[in-house]
Order: sequence, then C-alpha cells, then structure tokens
Amino acid sequence: MSSQEIPEENLPAEQSEQTAGHDEHGHGALSPKDEHPFADPGLPPHEHRIQDVDERAAKRSERSVALMFTVSMLATIAFIAAFVAIPVDRSVYIFPLGHISALNFALGMTLGIALFCIGAGAVHWARTLMSDVEIADERHPIEAEPEVREKVFADFKQGAKESALGRRKLIRNTMFGALTLVPLSGVVLLRDLGPLPEEKLRHTLWSRGKLLVNMNTNEPLRPSDVAVGSLTFAKPEGLEEHDHEFQNEIAKAALMIVRIQPENIKDKRELEWSHEGIVAYSKICTHVGCPISLYEQQTHHVLCPCHQSTFDLSDGARVIFGPAGHALPQLRIGVNDEGYLEALGDFEEPVGPAFWERG
Amino acid sequence: MSTAQDRRKAPAGERVADWADGRLGIYSLAKANMRKIFPDHWSFMLGEICLYSFIIIILTGVYLTLFFHPSMNEVEYHGSYVPLQGQLMSEAFASTLDISFDVRGGLLIRQIHHWAAIIFLAGMFVHMMRVFFTGAFRKPREINWLFGFLLFVLGMFTGFTGYSLPDDLLSGTGVRFTQGAILSMPIVGTYISMFLFGGEFPGTDFVARFYSIHILLLPGIMLGLVVGHLILVFYHKHTQFAGPGRTNKNVVGMPLLPVYMAKAGGFFFLVFGVISAIAGIATVNPIWVLGPYRPDQVSTGAQPDWYMGFAEGLVRAMPGWEINFWGHTLVLGVFIPLVLFGLFLGIIALYPFIESWVTGDKREHHILDRPRNAPTRTAFGVAWVTGYMIMLIGGGNDIVATHFHLSINAVTWFVRIGFFAGPVIAFIITKRICLGLQRRDREKVLHGRETGIIKRLPHGEFIEVHEPLSQEQMYTLTAHEQYQPAEIGPTVDENGVERKVTGSEKLRAKLSESYYGEGAQIPKPTAEEYREITSGHGHH
Repeated sequence: MSSQEIPEENLPAEQSEQTAGHDEHGHGALSPKDEHPFADPGLPPHEHRIQDVDERAAKRSERSVALMFTVSMLATIAFIAAFVAIPVDRSVYIFPLGHISALNFALGMTLGIALFCIGAGAVHWARTLMSDVEIADERHPIEAEPEVREKVFADFKQGAKESALGRRKLIRNTMFGALTLVPLSGVVLLRDLGPLPEEKLRHTLWSRGKLLVNMNTNEPLRPSDVAVGSLTFAKPEGLEEHDHEFQNEIAKAALMIVRIQPENIKDKRELEWSHEGIVAYSKICTHVGCPISLYEQQTHHVLCPCHQSTFDLSDGARVIFGPAGHALPQLRIGVNDEGYLEALGDFEEPVGPAFWERG
Repeated sequence: MSTAQDRRKAPAGERVADWADGRLGIYSLAKANMRKIFPDHWSFMLGEICLYSFIIIILTGVYLTLFFHPSMNEVEYHGSYVPLQGQLMSEAFASTLDISFDVRGGLLIRQIHHWAAIIFLAGMFVHMMRVFFTGAFRKPREINWLFGFLLFVLGMFTGFTGYSLPDDLLSGTGVRFTQGAILSMPIVGTYISMFLFGGEFPGTDFVARFYSIHILLLPGIMLGLVVGHLILVFYHKHTQFAGPGRTNKNVVGMPLLPVYMAKAGGFFFLVFGVISAIAGIATVNPIWVLGPYRPDQVSTGAQPDWYMGFAEGLVRAMPGWEINFWGHTLVLGVFIPLVLFGLFLGIIALYPFIESWVTGDKREHHILDRPRNAPTRTAFGVAWVTGYMIMLIGGGNDIVATHFHLSINAVTWFVRIGFFAGPVIAFIITKRICLGLQRRDREKVLHGRETGIIKRLPHGEFIEVHEPLSQEQMYTLTAHEQYQPAEIGPTVDENGVERKVTGSEKLRAKLSESYYGEGAQIPKPTAEEYREITSGHGHH
C-alpha cells in the first residue's frame, strides 16, 4: 500500500507508543513548507468583524443587546401580571393549538421570552463585541512524569510496609473478614421490603359458587345478559371498588366473557368449561400483564393493546400472534339455582405473566 | 502599615476575593481556569443542552415536590377538574391533578419538568453520537465516556420512575409491564417483584418507593456523575477538529472569561427559554385525559416516553418463547429482551476499550476524527443507531400500523427481520459512503477543487478548471492518521522456537484487518504523489 511511504503517520499500532513523540513533529508547523506540501501553515491571521473596525456597528450591537435584555425585563413583569390577573381555570382558544389553559400559555410564553432574551442578548454580546481572537493553549500529557510515578510507588511501598499489613496476616485476614460480613446487615435489613412470593401468584379471588358480576352495572350476570359478539368484563361477587385490596385482587381476578356458538368452539376442554357457549377467560395478558380489551367479533380473537399478543378465544385462547408465551387461563363456569352465572372454582393455573416457579 | 492601607484602598470585590483566597485558595484555581480555552464547533453545544436541561429538571423537580403527595392512599377526587370529580384515585394522582389545575403555574412547571426530561435524554443520545462518531472517547477520555453512558442509562430510569409517579392509567400500565419483565427473571423474579412492590402488584407502596428513587437516589448519583464529567472535561481540556494551527498538543479557541462565560451562560437561558415556551404551548403527559390507574383497564396506543421505546420494541418484537421443565418456567419471550436491553446498551459502553484493543494505540488523542476517516467505527455506530431506531419503530408498532394503515403483523415482522438485517445493511452502506468521501478528499488534495469553469483548449479539448486547495485546506484534509492493520507477527522467535498464537491475537488481527486493511480505508495522498502530479501536469 502506498500509504506505507509516510512512515510517521501510518504507524503499525504496536510501534506507535515509542514514536508518539515523533508523530507530533512529523507534520505540523515544525516541518518547513517547501519540504512537505501538506505542512501545517499555523493559525490563520485574525479577521476583523465589522464591530471591530466600525464604532457605529459596535454601537448598533450594543443597542441590540440592551434591547434584548430590556425585552426580558418586560416579559418578567408580564409573567407576574399574568400570574396575578389570569384565573387558573380560564381557557382560551389559540390557533392552531385549540382550547388551552390561558394561564399556562401566558406564563409559558412570558417566562420563555424572559429567559430566551437574556440568552440571546448574552450570545449576541459575545459574538459581536467580545474579542474573537483565537488563542492557543498548550496541552500537557495526563500521565505523570516518571519521577512522580517513582515517588508515588515508593511512598505507597513505604506506607504499606509501615502498616505491617503484609506481615501481620492475622490482622489482614480478620479485617477482610469483618469488612466482608458487615454489609450483610444492610442486606438483611431489606428483607421486610415485601413478603415472600409463596403461593400468592397462584390464587385469585375466584372460588366455587362465586357469582360473575358485571363490571359496568355491578349486577350479577345471567346467561341471557351475554349476547353473541359482545365482550363483557366481570369481577367476583363481593369485590368492591372501595375495598382496601381492590387493586391487588382485580389485577388477578379480572374476567373477560364472550359468547361463541358451541359448534364453533374448537377446543374440547373449553367447551366443557363453558356454559351454553359462554366462556370466561382471564383478562390479564399472559405476556406482561396488561388487561386485554380488544375483541374481534367475527374471528373471536382478542388483542392486547400493549404488545399486540393475539389470542383465539374459540380455540382455548391459544396465542396466534405476538410475544405472549402461553394461552389465557380459562375459568370454569356454570349456572346456579337462581339462574346466575357462577364460577366452578379458581383458575387452575396462575393468571398473568409467567414466572420461574409457574411450571 | 502600608499594606494595611493598600488593603483598605482595594475595591470591595478584590477584598472579598482575597478573603476567599485566604481560606479556599481560589486564586490557583482561577489561574488555571479563568482564561481556559474552549474550541468552537456547533456540535460541542450538545453536551451543554444536556447539562442545562438537567439543571432545569432539578429546579422544577424541587418545586414539584412541594405539592406532590407520593402516596397510594385511595381518595375521592373533589378538585376543580370536573370530569374526574367523585372518582376514586390515589393521592398521587389527585395531587398531580391539583398541581395541574389548582396551583397557579403548577401545570407550567410540570410541563417544563417533563419536556426538559425528554430533551435531556434526547440531548444525551445525540451528544453521545457526536462523541462516538468523532472518536472523542479515545484515550484519555474513556472514563468520561463511561460517566456519560451511566448518565444516559440512569437518566432513562430516572425518567421512567418519574413518569410513573402520577399513578395514571398509562404509567401504571408501564409499571405493570416492568413488573411482568421482573417476573420473567429466572429464580429471583418473583422475589424481586414482591420486594419492590411490597407484595403483590400493584400494592400500595410503589409510588412512595419510586419517589425516593426518583428524587433522591438516582439524581444524587447523577449529580455526582455530572460533576465528575465536567471536572474531567476541564482537566482533559476539550477536543478539537484538525485545522491549521491546531495540533494534538494545543487547544485553540476562545477563553472562558469572557466569551464562553457569555456564550455558555447565555445558552442556558436559551435552552430554558425554549423549553418554557414549549411547555406553554404543547401539552405532554395529560394525565387527566388518561384517568387514574386500574390494573384491569388500559388505553389503546399505550406508549412509554421515547427513550424507553426501544426496550418496548424489543419486548413487542420477541416471539413468545417459553420453556417448561421440572416444574419451572423459563420465560424467554420476556427475559431475552430484558438481557438484550442490557447487552445492546452495554456494547456501546465498552466500545472505546474494544477499539483501543484493536488498534493497540496507547497515545492520547485530542484531535477529533472526521467520521469518514474512521469508516469501520462510523459504520458500526450507524449500525447500532439503525438497530436502535428499528426497535423504536417496534415499540410504536401499533401507532405505525394505525397511522400508515398497515397490518400490525406486517410491521412486527418487519421489525423482527429488520433488527438483524437493518444494522448489517447500514454497516455496509455507511462504510462505502465513508470510503467514497475519503476518495473525494484525496482527489481534492491531489487535483484541487472542481470550479465548474469549463475551458476550451486551443486544440479543441474541453477541460474543467481545478483550483488547487489552500495550504490550510490541504493540511486539514491530510491531518488524520491512518493505521496499518496489526499483524500477528512472526510465529517463530529469534531462536527458531515456535510461538503459540493465541486466539485473542488472531481475533485482534482479524478485527484490525477489517478496520484498517485493504478496502477499509483509502490511502491518503502522500507528498510524493502530490509533487509528482503538480510537477508533471503543472497546476490545472
């Protein structure tokens, strides 16, 4: 390769360390121009701005900067005025933003202008009136000089020797032992952050005989309430919004009920666990736990709006697309003596996202 | 006596400075830094945007803590936002509504806080790209690269814990997703979940816990890292692009006092001003539209803030693999994205060390590379960004599908294939573009600039007049260093004993060949070539 002809600049990596010094001199200002056509010509001469040579232009710049600072002052006064004068609940129509909070808009714009003008003034001042002569500063290597390095190592050796840490092994070992053990207290203290998992993720509020209560009407469901093509959300009877444990329980017990013509149900167990084609599935996605809420009547597919896992409710709610790993758990349902839909037990497998102990 | 008199005469400012110097030794600090030189380039202000938005976030964040109640106690809402009156919600959500509707200026500060966070993360992303593509991460700045990387990652998590605090329907869904991802971790998943949420999801603890993580733990660490980052920038002195008079041993630019004081200080106000105006105009995270969180409800089009989008994409694109064995479940469909998330970010953190290992270069580098002059690095960076962007698309696959009337399945499959193919294609194309640009630079140096002037020679031939470059331009275009590929070296030592070639040596030689071997860079023009051309044909 022709580039090998420039030895200084094309060092094989290994050699670069020894010749790093030369490299800096290989090109750059030190080499005479006639020897090297690409030599560093050095810093270009300073070019004057109009403000440097024309006092009137400089005055104009001064006035511009002062104007911006003045606008900033006015904007701050306007900010305070807006804060005092505009009611917090006033809304205003501003094209093309539509109806927005008048106070928020006024405060945002005035604060924005007040701040921006300070910045614009300062930058304009720096660019037009402050010296723009470029200055070169030397760099110094980060690494210490060899003497310094030697001194540090010698000091460390002396200190280590005087501590006798290397000689008195008993002290060293017990100290390391103590320092290793003492953080355990901190770890142990974290224990009460929460309970152990135990069987908590395996059970929900559902049990034999619990009625299926319509989430919207808060009434127990009858089979006739569930029409073909509709999607009904249900909760177990006795769970009320005001309950202390409502959020935790609904996070597991939320139910999704649809009606499918029994002859269209492909999965045998699904048919067994249904009642007149009414099937109840966990609403909590088996991917990472979003509530599933999009139902396609014709295909009986449900789609989780978070990550688009798609389940076929007519075929055991198996996954037909997306990142979910297994089918939605089905709740076995029947009808009690009074004609209400009831659960015939808890879900047989954990609802929601999979976890290590799920099995 | 006379000194005492001088002291009395000295202006007040000087006396205060003397007082401080006698106790803090500020003069030696000022001597080194007051007229410190900073080089000028538009890309150097990207880091400033990050710093300033970070300061804005802290200022507005402190204000928000005065009004926000980090509690999950259920309350009935009776504030001034009518549509939600009478609804059950957590105190966290209710106090966020109060900040938005009842505290004058509260909405503005909330919006500035959120917008500044979005801009902070975007600024860090672009700033990191600037540092990456110009090779500014090379020795002695590798540690500062790691500081910056940590700031980016911690910024992501601070943002996540922050937007989860209002306990609204959207953020709660994001927290649920996080909990599901934690559950996927083998062996420890359920335990971490129970410990983080104080029991089952959602429990009544996570807002208070996220609050202390969001306002104390993470920003505390980040503040330390920012200070360290800035100290190192000062200590190393800023990098600069090659140019006349600019060498690896100097730094050319304007002094801190007054020019950079005014420019950088002014820029803080510019950034703050723009963010304030945005906050006054554009609503971000309107939690009142979403309503309070309930684990059995969700809105469609649920999206995290942009910086979490690529993690979201990984999760959405991954097939739902699950392995069941011996009564256990390995949730690969969620766990692999979780691991990939770490690896994908980690590779960019380690890159400086990989490159310095491949080059074996132990020298300090203060002159920035033009991206074209490091084709393999540039191509790698573009490949990484491509992968990131494809995952970002994956994170919004539902939005893409509805906006462009595409099938969600098709978009997902595009993302699945694109995640592997996209970076490879981007790598190849970028490398070729870099080499093309290198060829053009070489042409320009050897043959001059194309002027567009067509000249007809006496014998009828038309030629385009090429104007030779100035000395400054020629120096700038040839100032970069070109490495030779590191070879394995003799496999037999001077005594004829065969040396064992380790696998890492072979790998390094291979990588080095792909970085600097034939076809990986265009040899830059040499003085000999230049002389030959200029003496042979005369100046065009």
